[in-house]
Amino acid sequence: MKLTRRDSILLAMGASAAAMVPFTANAAVEDLINAFTGGAAVGDAGITLIAPEIAENGNTVPVEVDAPGAVAIMLLATGNPTPSVATFNFGPLAGSQSASTRIRLSKTQNVTAIAKMADGSFAQASSEVKVTIGGCGG
Amino acid sequence: MISRRDFLQASMAASAIWGASGFGNWGRLAAQQVLTQDDLLSFETFGNVSLIHITDIHAQLKPIYFREPEINLGVGESRGAVPHVTGADFRRLYGIDDGSSSHYALTYNDFAALGKTYGKMGGLDRIATVVKSIRADRPDAILLDGGDTWHGSYTCYHTQGQDMVNTMNLLKPDAMTFHWEFTLGSDRVRELIADLPYASLGQNIFDSEWDEPAEDFAPYKFFERGGVKIAVIGQAFPYMPIANPGWMFPEYSFGIRDERMQEMVDEVRGMGAECVVVLSHNGFDVDKKMASRVQGIDVILSGHTHDALPEPALVGETIIVASGSNGKFVSRVDLDIRDGRMMGFRHKLIPIFSDVIEADAEMTAAIDAERAPYEADLNEVVGTVADDTTLFRRGNFNGSWDDLICDALLSERDAEIAMSPGVRWGPSMMPGQQITREDIWNVTSMTYPNAYRTEMTGEFIHTIMEDVADNIFNPDPYYQQGGDMVRMGGLGYRIDINKPIGERISDITLLKTGETLDPSKSYVVAGWASVNEGTEGPEIWDVVESHIRKLGTVSVAPNTSVQVVGA
Repeated sequence: MKLTRRDSILLAMGASAAAMVPFTANAAVEDLINAFTGGAAVGDAGITLIAPEIAENGNTVPVEVDAPGAVAIMLLATGNPTPSVATFNFGPLAGSQSASTRIRLSKTQNVTAIAKMADGSFAQASSEVKVTIGGCGG
Repeated sequence: MISRRDFLQASMAASAIWGASGFGNWGRLAAQQVLTQDDLLSFETFGNVSLIHITDIHAQLKPIYFREPEINLGVGESRGAVPHVTGADFRRLYGIDDGSSSHYALTYNDFAALGKTYGKMGGLDRIATVVKSIRADRPDAILLDGGDTWHGSYTCYHTQGQDMVNTMNLLKPDAMTFHWEFTLGSDRVRELIADLPYASLGQNIFDSEWDEPAEDFAPYKFFERGGVKIAVIGQAFPYMPIANPGWMFPEYSFGIRDERMQEMVDEVRGMGAECVVVLSHNGFDVDKKMASRVQGIDVILSGHTHDALPEPALVGETIIVASGSNGKFVSRVDLDIRDGRMMGFRHKLIPIFSDVIEADAEMTAAIDAERAPYEADLNEVVGTVADDTTLFRRGNFNGSWDDLICDALLSERDAEIAMSPGVRWGPSMMPGQQITREDIWNVTSMTYPNAYRTEMTGEFIHTIMEDVADNIFNPDPYYQQGGDMVRMGGLGYRIDINKPIGERISDITLLKTGETLDPSKSYVVAGWASVNEGTEGPEIWDVVESHIRKLGTVSVAPNTSVQVVGA
């Protein structure tokens, strides 16, 4: 599907209206995290998530995650109707444990990455990405 | 032994004392009518490197009036911190005497009255004199242009920025970064930078398709001055495709990208840089946050938010210099770089009083040549400012220029509600001044000027207002994407700046009837500067000109329709 700019603006505007609903704990997100971690404690060291603060285009937001020593990284768009984005698995011969992709964000939300380390521990990083109407550029 | 941090703070204090005495002195001198060019330019050369910073000229080649903001609110950690200090508080903070030239140059109060004494400011020919004077002191001073240079006037629009490129070239800058330049369209930008005899920098300008650094812009440039290696890293406006029409430069992506900024700082340090300067169009609060997150920057030359500060701000070991807008100020920063580090600095924000600083003849001739083909159009008188009115824009909420533009939209486009963008550019006009076509273009000129007329529901209007409010009052500066609050015509509202998005705006009222805005009803809305491709309607300058012609003399009552809470 190819979206025209007009479509994307309308989407962004709709998204913005939706964004006014305060963040609520998303049960689907918690379930996904629990399924990935088996309920283990999740730390915050050893993982770096890079995402724009404000999306230039909510339909294609570049994100990058890096977790040296990870065997798997799960990426979630916590505010999307379907939060699951991808799980990257790294074999023993992987040169680096990093991945980058582009994701579609329906509204302003947190993007979350959770890495499973070789020793079975978990680390999480989150970044808020704002989806805005734009305009009025100083 | 004195640590570097102590030294910087001591140096800062010294700078403050020195700055304060300088300011007080100007006030007294001015009162005696002996404000001189020598006073304005006096500077005891310091250290071994000089930087000259100018930014956000917005194509103002000639001297202008520019009223600084009355309302410039900070939220979160920026609450009450510079540059969110205005008026008398600003003067007390910096030890500026009431009625002094610095009062006039840096604060809004008594603007029209003081303007009669101190006159217009800026003018690229005066700036040329200042730059030449600094270079007479320090021939290898590095001149850095923070961007928003190729935008904002009649001649700049009609020459697609060529007038600014031609005149700026005479100043011989060493590097530049960008914002509104991209609204010339990416083809034109590439055409202009291909011929620039200086560096076009932006570590955060990326190729949007591959999300890799764009080949057309270098991240940094090295300079060797006084035996010192200096790296200047460029930082373009981070929110280009959000705040301005992305369809005009679809090949490029921006963003703050402070991870890459750290990589670039580490890279240039690894290559032997003894001093790292960031030429930034982030805006002041974003620069403050970036300085706290990226280690190893000595100096940030800050642009975009048009703040003029008599002293640098200090974040960690980074100094942040804000040099105003519209050609009103030039900053000189002398640095003492020894043993691979910045040991101290001396700074001066030089106000360009156009009646005091002599025009550089070569630059005057160049400016005249650029304007000559357009003189008749530029100088055509359209109306007059009433004696009770000063026209200005700068500030978080509606300025009188904005109210006039909104009135023009309501009346010329037969609309119930008008929207005008909260941009920070646009010179002011004094009571009794004749309004020429050039004056109207100075506050409207842009490459997406179409004044649309459309229907919007009350709910959607509220959504837009909330969205824009969050783009200025989000407590995290990295989530503030651009200008001041959208100016509403025909509507009054209440805003609580400390609330989250969706809860800031309330009591939206149609001023004409006193009715509350109905979320489900459709209203006819006229506005301009839409970032949407294919926006239709007359050009905004024609709408405003037609309105002013009908009025003849323009009187704008003070705006009382925006009630601000939580300031």
